[in-house]
Amino acid sequence: MTSIDNTAKPDAWFKIEQGVFKAGGRWTIAESARLDQQLRNLDAGPGEAITMDAGAVEKLDSTGAWLLLRTRKALENAGRTVGTLKVPERYASLLANLDHDDKKRRPPPAPRMSPWRYRLYRIGKATVEAGRQGWRMLGYLGRVTVETGEMIAAPRKNLRFAAMAVQVEETGISALPIVGLLAFLIGIVLAYQGADQLKRFGAEIFTINLLGVGVLREIGGLITAIIVAGRSGSAFTAHLGSMRVNQEIDAMQTMGLNTVDTLVLPRVIGLVISLPLLTFYANIMALIGGAMMCYFDLGITIPVFLRQLNQAVDVSTLMVGLVKAPVFAFVIALVGCYEGFQVERNAASVGQLTTRSVVESVFLVIVLDAAFSVMFSVLGV
Amino acid sequence: MVMEADKTGQAKKDVIIHVEDLVTGFGSKIIHDHLNLDVYRGEVLGLVGGSGSGKSVLLRTIIGLNAPRQGTIEVFGKRTGYAEGSRMRSLEVRWGVLFQEGALFSSQTVAENIQVPLREYTSMSQELMDEIAAMKIALVGLPPDTAQKLPSELSGGMKKRAGLARALALDPELLFLDEPTSGLDPISANQFDELIGELQESLGLTVFMVTHDLDSLAAITDRIAVLVDKKIKTGTIEELRKDTTPWIHEYFSGPRGHAALAGSH
Repeated sequence: MTSIDNTAKPDAWFKIEQGVFKAGGRWTIAESARLDQQLRNLDAGPGEAITMDAGAVEKLDSTGAWLLLRTRKALENAGRTVGTLKVPERYASLLANLDHDDKKRRPPPAPRMSPWRYRLYRIGKATVEAGRQGWRMLGYLGRVTVETGEMIAAPRKNLRFAAMAVQVEETGISALPIVGLLAFLIGIVLAYQGADQLKRFGAEIFTINLLGVGVLREIGGLITAIIVAGRSGSAFTAHLGSMRVNQEIDAMQTMGLNTVDTLVLPRVIGLVISLPLLTFYANIMALIGGAMMCYFDLGITIPVFLRQLNQAVDVSTLMVGLVKAPVFAFVIALVGCYEGFQVERNAASVGQLTTRSVVESVFLVIVLDAAFSVMFSVLGV
Repeated sequence: MVMEADKTGQAKKDVIIHVEDLVTGFGSKIIHDHLNLDVYRGEVLGLVGGSGSGKSVLLRTIIGLNAPRQGTIEVFGKRTGYAEGSRMRSLEVRWGVLFQEGALFSSQTVAENIQVPLREYTSMSQELMDEIAAMKIALVGLPPDTAQKLPSELSGGMKKRAGLARALALDPELLFLDEPTSGLDPISANQFDELIGELQESLGLTVFMVTHDLDSLAAITDRIAVLVDKKIKTGTIEELRKDTTPWIHEYFSGPRGHAALAGSH
């Protein structure tokens, strides 16, 4: 580590002789760490009056000057009467500049709490904040819903198809490789684990049932939604957040542009279009992965696989999975946009809110998925 | 001002920044074409020039943020621009830089910002660093409670003062200021000028200042460097007023120039 500390040849010195504090050498920042320690343990000796003579100082900077002033203060606080503090003429203005009333500049002490109380305080604060956050998000959900409804009921002529198409491309088409690869791998894993267990009963063929129902009803949709929340939800927050930092959103508002209309709806609608399509694609890829595993691991040929799959699932199984996708999409886009608008004008804020946006949307997707399961079981689907 | 008389009285010509034959550019665009400039110890040099003339680029090149294509830059007699690692470090602790918006670290309080260089380059105790931070905060004229505030809680002018406090943390000999008064109201701008003048005088600083502000130029600079046609012309205000180069003439003789110069006399 580079250091400017002058440890090789200490140069600044001070001593107390017959009621005179004498200092000399180079009183600069390079010597300050050492001087600081020594001055704190200063033994001023007997007597009451003391004078300070720093006339022999060759070089003085603001740190050194401040150490001199602090020493004077410390001596005064110890009950000594300090006469003048003498420094070379050229440093008189520096000293005068720093020699203000010390009381005014001392920062107020930070409020202190006992550790337990502080923990309690933090839990309470986080709880209240979570409640408020939920309340605000509900308000935002209401606003976006109303505006979406209005737009569907009476499509405005300035509906932003181009912006929407861009969002479909960004969130849908660009996500095809990653979603496809992950779904394919999930299909392999699921088929392998299923086959491994079911082999013991000689019921290998039911691996296909497990795979078909599992992927189509649950896994396909869930995996896709989580990937998209991490990929597009975060992008929404970061993009809108940067626009806020840059005052672009303020500019839009002053031009009378409705930010929900121009920024939120294209993203919400774009994602509501692309997520179900992505989910369907992920389902297919997962089934292909599973079919491959069945072929290599269990020796089930493709025609046999398809026949069994045909018996195991029907269109309603697929629909149960797909019907959730638009809801997930709506929530992901809503949270992403909402958090983007919460960004404050500093660099750390964008990062914090992007993290929060992803955590919240993944959380909500899983909660909603559970709610759907309960609902479907009640409905007997 | 007092210090001007002081400076012209003394004939010390100790070169702190020496720029010779500098060429910089981006792509096919040449920004500085064989430019020369000397800055002397203890002076306040103002750098002016039209928008896009490369003032900030010159500043960034001198402090090593931008690589020159050709030429020599020496600060404190050592070459920068090509310097790396510890050699550059040894220069960096001797200068302080105030960026346009203050460039404070947004996740740290003002006191922590000031302590960053102290922590990195000295072995001061935390207690002393706290005291030094409070001292610097008072030195730049900020109220004491600023120490615990985050940059986002400060106004533009306060950010600049806090940035200045951080630039002064290591008691540098040389101070670079990038448009220190831009974006400030005239009263704050005047106060900032006065502050820089005061600090320059009491700390014995050399100041290299990029500015657009004619009032600052008239108030605190000893010499002015004008960046025009990719080269530099230096002189005092009086000398430059007699210059016949169209841009310089326009600059000092336009309505704003007149007002600022009239005010300073």
